Amino acid sequence: MPGATWGLMASTFTASFVEFVEALTIVLAMGVTRGWRSALAGTATALVALAAFTAAAGYALSTWLPPALLRLVVGTLLLIFGLQWLRKAVLRSSGLKARHDEAEEFAEQTAAARDAVADSRFGLDAFAFVVSLKGVFLEGVEVVFIVITFGTGAANMRAAVGGAAVAGVLVLVAGVVLHRPLAMIPENALKYGVGLLLAGFGTFWAVEGLGVFTGGESISWPGGEWAIPVLVACWLLVSRGLVLTLPRLKPETAR
Amino acid sequence: MKFLGGLARFWYDFIVGDDWKIAVAVVSALAVVLTALLLAGLSGTAAAVLGGVLLAGFFVISVVVDVRRS
Repeated sequence: MPGATWGLMASTFTASFVEFVEALTIVLAMGVTRGWRSALAGTATALVALAAFTAAAGYALSTWLPPALLRLVVGTLLLIFGLQWLRKAVLRSSGLKARHDEAEEFAEQTAAARDAVADSRFGLDAFAFVVSLKGVFLEGVEVVFIVITFGTGAANMRAAVGGAAVAGVLVLVAGVVLHRPLAMIPENALKYGVGLLLAGFGTFWAVEGLGVFTGGESISWPGGEWAIPVLVACWLLVSRGLVLTLPRLKPETAR
Repeated sequence: MKFLGGLARFWYDFIVGDDWKIAVAVVSALAVVLTALLLAGLSGTAAAVLGGVLLAGFFVISVVVDVRRS
């Protein structure tokens, strides 16, 4: 398997893993406090909605857009998305934003679930159903978005889906076995890594796609696909520079 | 109408997120590279390098502005 395919699979695996861990925390909180039937029904409904969304978005993107324009659209979306992740990771690493804690998130969700009024509809607990559906759908849309953009950008949907599927299975198995949120996962470090990968691939494809305005052919990066790891390394350098300098701008907030 | 408004809001929150300056930085950097490509006849390699440098530079500016204002 070529190095680019491994990179693609690693990217969708890592990004999806983080999202699946967050979705698992929500479903676990609802299942433990309000009952598994409603939580799993909400999860199943979200998965059906996600499948429909994936089919529609994937078909529209791959059918209607010429390759260079596709790369521009996909790259720009990945860049905006990835740099949002990187911004949060930089702020967390420099102590200017609280770190995401899955155990804390689980405690908040369970407390909210215990306080919610019981409202049964169609034999299901409405609160657990809606919260599970919303949580899985929102986290799932992020996974779908990343898989579709990576898969279409690299013209290798199979590898992109493969990476996400392995992550999904791993998180599901871990959730079933441990029966508690995966708080031991270094989520903040993973999110930092995902931000770097999204920014690296996004930069590569967005700039390549600008060629659609100059004759329709993609712009070539020096070194071809080898430019991707170089771009990821450059984003790492830029972000580390920010982590070091930002606390000096706000010393009273940095922890 | 309410549904369409909600849908637009969802996609805005999803893609642009809580800091619109990042989206502006990305679009601005790409617009500058496109202008250089079309008006200055920049080569593909030069455009690629300029794109990378501008994206990183605009990102740094947007984060610094964000931290200074917060």
